[in-house]
Amino acid sequence: MKYIDEFRDKGLARRLAETIAAEAHPGRDYRLMEFCGGHTHAIFRYGVQHLMPPNLSFIHGPGCPVCVLPMARIDHAIALATQHDVTLCTYGDLMRVPASERKSLLKAKADGADIRMIYSTQDVLRIARENPDRQVVFFAIGFETTTPPTAVAVKTARAEGLTNFSVFCNHVLTPSALQTILSTAGPDGVQLDGILGPSHVSTLIGSRPYRFVAEQFGVPVVIAGFEPLDVMQSALMLVRQLNDGRCEVENQYTRAVSEEGNRKAQALIDEVFRIRPEFEWRGLGFLPNSALALDDAYADLDAEERFPVEFAPAKEIKGCECPAILRGVKTPTDCKLFGNPCTPDNPMGSCMVSSEGACAAYWSYGRFRAASLQPKVESRS
Amino acid sequence: MTSDRRFPVRLDLKKGAVDMSHGSGGRAMAQLIGELFQRYLDHELLTLGNDQALFMPPPGRMVMSIDGHVISPLFFPGGDIGSLAVHGTINDVAMSGARPLYLAAGFILEEGFPLGDLARIVESMAQAANAAGVPVVTGDTKVVERGKGDGVFITTTGIGVVPEGILISGDRAEPGDVILVSGSMGDHGVAILSKRENLGFETEIRSDSSALHELVAAMIAAVPDIHCLRDPTRGGLATTLNELAHQSGVGMQIREDAIPVRPEVAAACELLGLDPLYVANEGKLIAICPPDKAERLLDAMRAHPLGTESAIIGEVVEDPHRFVQMETDFGGSRIVDWLAGEQLPRIC
Amino acid sequence: MCLAIPARITSIDVAADTAKVALGSVGKEISLALIEDAAVGDYVLIHVGYALNKISEEEAQRTLEMIAQMGLLADEQELVPEPTSTVTGPGGQR
Repeated sequence: MKYIDEFRDKGLARRLAETIAAEAHPGRDYRLMEFCGGHTHAIFRYGVQHLMPPNLSFIHGPGCPVCVLPMARIDHAIALATQHDVTLCTYGDLMRVPASERKSLLKAKADGADIRMIYSTQDVLRIARENPDRQVVFFAIGFETTTPPTAVAVKTARAEGLTNFSVFCNHVLTPSALQTILSTAGPDGVQLDGILGPSHVSTLIGSRPYRFVAEQFGVPVVIAGFEPLDVMQSALMLVRQLNDGRCEVENQYTRAVSEEGNRKAQALIDEVFRIRPEFEWRGLGFLPNSALALDDAYADLDAEERFPVEFAPAKEIKGCECPAILRGVKTPTDCKLFGNPCTPDNPMGSCMVSSEGACAAYWSYGRFRAASLQPKVESRS
Repeated sequence: MTSDRRFPVRLDLKKGAVDMSHGSGGRAMAQLIGELFQRYLDHELLTLGNDQALFMPPPGRMVMSIDGHVISPLFFPGGDIGSLAVHGTINDVAMSGARPLYLAAGFILEEGFPLGDLARIVESMAQAANAAGVPVVTGDTKVVERGKGDGVFITTTGIGVVPEGILISGDRAEPGDVILVSGSMGDHGVAILSKRENLGFETEIRSDSSALHELVAAMIAAVPDIHCLRDPTRGGLATTLNELAHQSGVGMQIREDAIPVRPEVAAACELLGLDPLYVANEGKLIAICPPDKAERLLDAMRAHPLGTESAIIGEVVEDPHRFVQMETDFGGSRIVDWLAGEQLPRIC
Repeated sequence: MCLAIPARITSIDVAADTAKVALGSVGKEISLALIEDAAVGDYVLIHVGYALNKISEEEAQRTLEMIAQMGLLADEQELVPEPTSTVTGPGGQR
């Protein structure tokens, strides 16, 4: 497959690994935060960490929209589906995320709620058209990448006069999460030397919004693609910035990311959404200007307005370290629940649910690796 | 077939549907059995009309297996629930090294299910059983109210006899043994997904649904000392290898670049965010045998039409954790875990 | 996050603002509502049934050349590595 297979080439990977090992100064650490779960997934699935020198480590960031969704929003969605008997549509990723009292959308569905998994917002529109007597609510999640498709659905529903379609909006914005992590970095927060910046988010918003990371916080950024060679090349670009004492926003993913991004999609977002004054992120707390709601002009399509619900405030599970893991302060193995009782089959926290969550990635791909495998790259002179 | 004076009006296979009387035990049920089931599944033991099949047990050790079939959609590229119910049970019997002898089939029908669709399914079942040479010799039909079933569920039981000297079991994998697969992984699951509402994508991929007992017979003829056989159905190759590793108390080391996956299956998995190693197969098997027999076994598998793409994919290793580990195409390595939950298409 | 994959546009329905794309031999209908000037033969990045952006062939080539170049440095004193089919020139830093 073009643009996929080339970026998974084993020979190039081996040679890049040798270069990184040769250029990384043995006397210092390179702690690189990969913001996105997509990077986390690639690092584990392809065994990239394995190809890195021991003093280069990846810190898993909060860039998984499923993982950062607070439990209260899932509770809210379940309340919506059960208290108003609506058809609730959402992406497959959300189905197993734990809500309060060990509930989830999947369990609510088993209990009789009409919850459907969809692949595209076009499917939600189709369900609404085919069921004019049912209220159809789209449980929207995702970063800037997944937001424009919601905007298209909202505009289409308005244009068609679909009165039984509405959106429970949970779209969040990446730059404010980065801002939060960086402002708490240091002795008490996460210690990081560089950032692998979001790739698919950046195809929409461009590379410009990350300038503040380099300028305000003095941390270099490389916008990095999601294929394993992209991740490795970006790591090397960060190593070089750090070795040279540079601090810039570089773009490795030039085949899809420009400085200004996708203007048409940005205009759609501006038209359909407004910025929420604050929104809760799991692990990061209430962050100002960090999420979107439907703009006043589309308030009639806002499910939160249309279907008021009552539910008890969510209690986080005792001992669950997802919040600290999402901030990059702890690793999954620091959590007492990791592996017992929290596993992908019995997830206690959101990081164990999404295949991009740090805990699930550790569990599925990385556990006990050190005990039973020898590193493949030994050329660390 | 001759007309039965009890039923002056024939079953309407074009427009008719299953109703509660078809499961009542009365005349309507007798008509459904006579005009539909026995019309296609016409083995003498079945058409005799008894509630059981009587036959002489062959000499040797016997195996028995049961398999419930629920699938959506009922008809898919490369098969349907009828052929799948035959193949699935024959394969479960055959994975002991046995020669399958007879099948029994239980149908649970939902009120309102079109008789035409039922006829298609039963005909397909009969064709699959005939082709495999393993007849359906007894059966059962029940009807549930509308909304309490999903069209049709089929449960099939199979029995077979194991040749002397053959001992194939999931607990026999030993460190040093070689792991083989009989062909490409994930075809069935992707064929099913391509027909699911919402996911609709276009692909030429057909289910690999097929009966593997003749391939197994050829394999044990070449290498009687096969340690393990299993068909990687739900949960795919990854989950089945974990089952075997757990049962035998060993680890496994496999190589990603040795595992056959069709490009179309790989592409569909990229599109949906799935991993082909976890996608179901219905016409493939995993074999584990001693290292000095592996090449002979591979040759025997490749010589059979259902095993032309067979490959050696790895080895059994000692590992108290019982992990299945994989050297990735990319040159890294990782654990290949059990399937967690359900394979859902994902956006992130 | 944000699973998105490159696929080639094989046909466009201008009225519906949709396109058929091919990923290998797998076909899928997607929306073009988020991009402009899409043409048959273009590669686009697909996410949840929408094209997010076009992919630049030139930039992809350049990235691969850079990766090859970066890998060469460590190998300078060793044997010259076998060429890969995707590398067409010496490439280099921009």
